[in-house]
Amino acid sequence: MTTDIHAYLAELEDIPGTRVFTAARSRKGYHLNQFCMSLMTAENRERFKADEAAYLDGWQLTPAQRNAVLTRDYNAAIDEGGNIYFLAKIFSTDGKSFVQAVSTMTGASVDAHNAMMIAGGRSPEGLRSKREAALAEVAAEAGDMPGSTI
Amino acid sequence: MARLTAGIAASHIPAIGAAVDNGKTAEPYWAPVFAGFDWTKAWLTAQKPDVVILVYNDHASAFSLEMIPTFAIGCADSFTPADEGWGPRPVPTVEGHADLAWHIAQSCILDEFDLTIVNKMDVDHGLTVPLSLMFGQPEAWPCKVIPLAVNVVQYPPPTGNRCFRLGEAIARAVASYPEDLNVQVWGTGGMSHQLQGPRAGLINPVFDNAFLNDLTADPERLRTLPHIDYLREAGSEGIELVMWLIMRGALGHDVRELHRFYHVPASNTAVGHLVLEKAA
Repeated sequence: MTTDIHAYLAELEDIPGTRVFTAARSRKGYHLNQFCMSLMTAENRERFKADEAAYLDGWQLTPAQRNAVLTRDYNAAIDEGGNIYFLAKIFSTDGKSFVQAVSTMTGASVDAHNAMMIAGGRSPEGLRSKREAALAEVAAEAGDMPGSTI
Repeated sequence: MARLTAGIAASHIPAIGAAVDNGKTAEPYWAPVFAGFDWTKAWLTAQKPDVVILVYNDHASAFSLEMIPTFAIGCADSFTPADEGWGPRPVPTVEGHADLAWHIAQSCILDEFDLTIVNKMDVDHGLTVPLSLMFGQPEAWPCKVIPLAVNVVQYPPPTGNRCFRLGEAIARAVASYPEDLNVQVWGTGGMSHQLQGPRAGLINPVFDNAFLNDLTADPERLRTLPHIDYLREAGSEGIELVMWLIMRGALGHDVRELHRFYHVPASNTAVGHLVLEKAA
């Protein structure tokens, strides 16, 4: 069975708040992700921690990628082609866990994020499809109009 | 001849490894997670597998973006725990079974599954956390381990159907290995979790439990489940569940579920665990 790669890739972009690590993102983020790999030795971690800006000079990062690393803005890093398993090397170097790092991408505090997880996590309801969410919003707005039949 | 006897599925969350390594397994947050594996620990002590073919994904540890094999089999005599950014986990070196691994690689390639042969590879939490869950903290791991690394990081990962059929090919390869060995296949990763963006923290117990049910009851449904369904329903990292289908494919048509466990949360993730016995 043959899959239409164009339709496959288009569908991957339909999930709210999710950037799937496609070829396009991988190519955009190549040097950013490879920089992250360099933090897998204690020696490089020490060099990075001693002078982050100087360390990053050794990597071909775009200004946006560089800024995302220096400010630990993981959503921005993913927008610039970063992948979470590569970026994990940065927050591991900082001594931070996945819960601590991931919560910074949700707008919630670590404690609030952890409490949400203990309460059962985030429901997928309404978060499956951008297209469906947009249609639901239109329907809701139409339903508020006087005389609407929806 | 070598005998493929059973399969195990389990999540491989790094925080579980950290809880073991830092002596936190009895804490209220973690105790229920580890209790779910007590039955399996006792069962494994009785089963004494000689070799575990451990299906996992490398999390940008052995494989960077320089090389991205879809299926890579570890054919070395041993594998060192990887430094994932906080130093290597303090766990034993993983002893491989090079002869069986090469036999599987050769057999699968002739069976039209072109595995990448890896002679040097560090293994990350994806492989060592399941060993810690099943065996605790021994001086040495009690069996040999053949790592089978599956790409689920760079899209597209292999389809569920491809994974299932690779499992079938691995079973054929094991069955033609002349030494009498008790071999298990473990599929690891999952269950629902998303580690990025505003949707992070997604958990879907309905999807997860249907997946646990159908791994025994209706694997045909799972082998044709498209990637987008995993992503929508189980979060961006829920795609790891395709690896469980390699284990399931290896066990053949008839299996018996011996043990099941499901728990939310461990870190950002739903913990799922199954023990399946191949029907005689």
